[in-house]
Amino acid sequence: MKDGDHKDGKAKEAEIHPTPMLDQLEDGPWPSFVTGLKRLRDAKGERYAPMMNDLMGQLNHSYENRKGYWKGGVVSVYGYGGGIIPRYSEVSEKFPESKEFHTLRVMPPPGFHYTTEILRKLCDVWEEHGSGLIALHGQSGDIMLQGCTTENTQAAFDAINELGFDLGGAGPALRTAMSCVGAARCEQSCFDEAKLHRGIINRFLDEMHRPSLPYKFKFKFSGCGNDCVNAIHRADFAVIGTWRDDIKINQAKVKEHIAEKGRKYTIDTVVSMCPTRAISLNDDDTMDIDNRSCVRCMHCINVMTKALSPGDDKGVSVMIGGKRSLKVGDMMGIMVKPFVKLDTEEDYEEMEEFAETCIEFFADNALEHERVGETIDRIGLPAFLEAVGVEADPNMVNHPRTSSYVRTDDFDEEAAKWFERKALDAGMTVDG
Amino acid sequence: MSNEKATPRAADEVGVPDHFQYMHPVLEKNHGNWDYHDRPRAGVLHHVSKSGDEVYTVRAGTQRQMDVFTIRKLCDIGDEFADGHVRFTTRSNIEYMVADEAKVQPLIDKLGEEGFPVGGTGASVSMISHTQGWLHCDIPGTDASGVVKGLMDMLHEEFIHENMPNRVRITTSCCQINCGGQGDIAVNVQYTKPPKINHDLVANVCERPAVVARCPVAAIRPAMVDGKATLEIDEKKCVCCGACYPPCPPMQINGADSTKIAIWVGGKHSNARSKPTFHKLAVANLPNNAPHWPEVNAVVKRIIQAYKKDAKHWERMGEWIERIGWSRFFDMTDLAFTKHHLDTWTGARKTMNQSAHIHF
Repeated sequence: MKDGDHKDGKAKEAEIHPTPMLDQLEDGPWPSFVTGLKRLRDAKGERYAPMMNDLMGQLNHSYENRKGYWKGGVVSVYGYGGGIIPRYSEVSEKFPESKEFHTLRVMPPPGFHYTTEILRKLCDVWEEHGSGLIALHGQSGDIMLQGCTTENTQAAFDAINELGFDLGGAGPALRTAMSCVGAARCEQSCFDEAKLHRGIINRFLDEMHRPSLPYKFKFKFSGCGNDCVNAIHRADFAVIGTWRDDIKINQAKVKEHIAEKGRKYTIDTVVSMCPTRAISLNDDDTMDIDNRSCVRCMHCINVMTKALSPGDDKGVSVMIGGKRSLKVGDMMGIMVKPFVKLDTEEDYEEMEEFAETCIEFFADNALEHERVGETIDRIGLPAFLEAVGVEADPNMVNHPRTSSYVRTDDFDEEAAKWFERKALDAGMTVDG
Repeated sequence: MSNEKATPRAADEVGVPDHFQYMHPVLEKNHGNWDYHDRPRAGVLHHVSKSGDEVYTVRAGTQRQMDVFTIRKLCDIGDEFADGHVRFTTRSNIEYMVADEAKVQPLIDKLGEEGFPVGGTGASVSMISHTQGWLHCDIPGTDASGVVKGLMDMLHEEFIHENMPNRVRITTSCCQINCGGQGDIAVNVQYTKPPKINHDLVANVCERPAVVARCPVAAIRPAMVDGKATLEIDEKKCVCCGACYPPCPPMQINGADSTKIAIWVGGKHSNARSKPTFHKLAVANLPNNAPHWPEVNAVVKRIIQAYKKDAKHWERMGEWIERIGWSRFFDMTDLAFTKHHLDTWTGARKTMNQSAHIHF
């Protein structure tokens, strides 16, 4: 992190690095990021132009040698311990202007909505303090302001912070969350994704800005089972919208769909593709759905967007433990709360509290560099459920256990609890 | 800004910003009140509210890694046609919302003129979700934006049309951590050699117990080499995953002989029809021939063509393969099935065919 060799940007202007490998990525119909990098490199009089010249030189060097040349480090802003991905070049003798090329991870609004005005302001900040290179968005959902020197980091953060933006997560911490477009523009949305997203993340900002968890912890919010933000695969805590009453059928629109698409096509693409064989087409081209067999997969609703829609008794499922490969292999979240209503402020508050319970469990019980899904695998789902105060439910499994190697001496007590819960759910009172 | 380092500004911990301040007014007005949608053409969504309001969304591909000039150009288009509002999809496509149908075609024309392909909706190949690669990652085996550019050039026609059986979601990842995520097709680095250790550097750079703990197969152990405290690898155990490289850069996993590309198929996020699935190995050991990855592109093209030709409407890649069977998948794509396709990891038995069901 030496700050020894100060730059002399102007003198470099004439020496454009040849980039024969990158130059091959400018033709073709897809927008070229290389052409964009060159626009920054060639921006006359801009402070960042020499930096982008050296960045392109290093990238071309990577293409030629097929190796990356960045190393990490520690860079942060006042009061925060995370949110910045430090990058120091290992080939800075050759490419000194981009020897520090850090990324500020910035949390976007849920659903990635912007005015052109705010995007322009972000661009202005990044021209003033950074490189002019912005990714919309990173795989965690952050606005990635890439290419900041260590010296400029604080000023860049101050400027975006004054625009109303905050840094996202990095390192062993609560990470930036993502939500689908949801209620803002989708009739399939089953809850207010953005409200829960903001409620949860903004409640636990301390865990994001001052990393102290065993490893990363991610939330993602999808409005229905189509899971457009890939929550089940990618989030430690995935919230998926669903409903528990009947799919709404507009029989007139069913008939219109069949008239337009054909009866055979409707049978092949809707009836036959229902995963639980819950749909049948009547002789008069109306549709019956066996809603007790339906698993809310969304397929028929996706195909017949005008005729079918989610029910009115909406809520969410929570799935815990999704993650990518490192180190035990990819994992999907496990169904932990099959159905929770999210109507009132109290409902949202309770969900935030459940999130807090899960984060606390993770903080207290996970080993270093262990994701919560791995912790659950290590200790078993029953121990996790007990720790977070959730009762076992058949919707948590594909099928009950097949191994007899389990100690069941308190089976009767557990069964009694099950019947007690069933009775309470049915509105009955239970004797002490 | 002056250097007032003695009194840094205290952060205003605002967290996730309020989205309503940036949202298109028609979306804000009809929040939670939408009735249905349809797609008048590829790249255009048409949503109708229970209030009777309508909104057209025009979706266009971007390069994700954008210079401020590109973003400003996208903003200019938003100002001219879409009331100064935009949004982005999780796959880095930009979306313009317009309430007036008459503005749709001029907007599409403008995006075309400016070089942003309109598409990525419905049964198309959408933008590839990808990672950072050589541009910014500290442990990349290959590039991301560059190879994705090559792939999207090849797949451009399938982005701007909805001619696939169902949507196709492609991902790329520059190492085996798979940050790109699961996909119908995943193009991921697959290392083929154990890391090469620079024993002079390990003691100073790496927290050795943490590196030992990181190995998924317990193949790393502390060692002394030439009097230096370092680490060594049991190369018979090593699965060449590269997990030790991030915490210990002197254990270099990348190299021309090691950094290869594997292609995986049949991953799916959605719960529609079948449950979400992970992608499965189709082929490994393809060369890492950036910038264009010709060998990779050829295989991706073959897989997409086979799927396009043979799958039924609404079948995703993995569902199609499950119906036709893996034998036919390997035949139709002219790929080899090898012993390396047999899983050997925890839970491998569940991936085997424990039945008399076979495909001919």
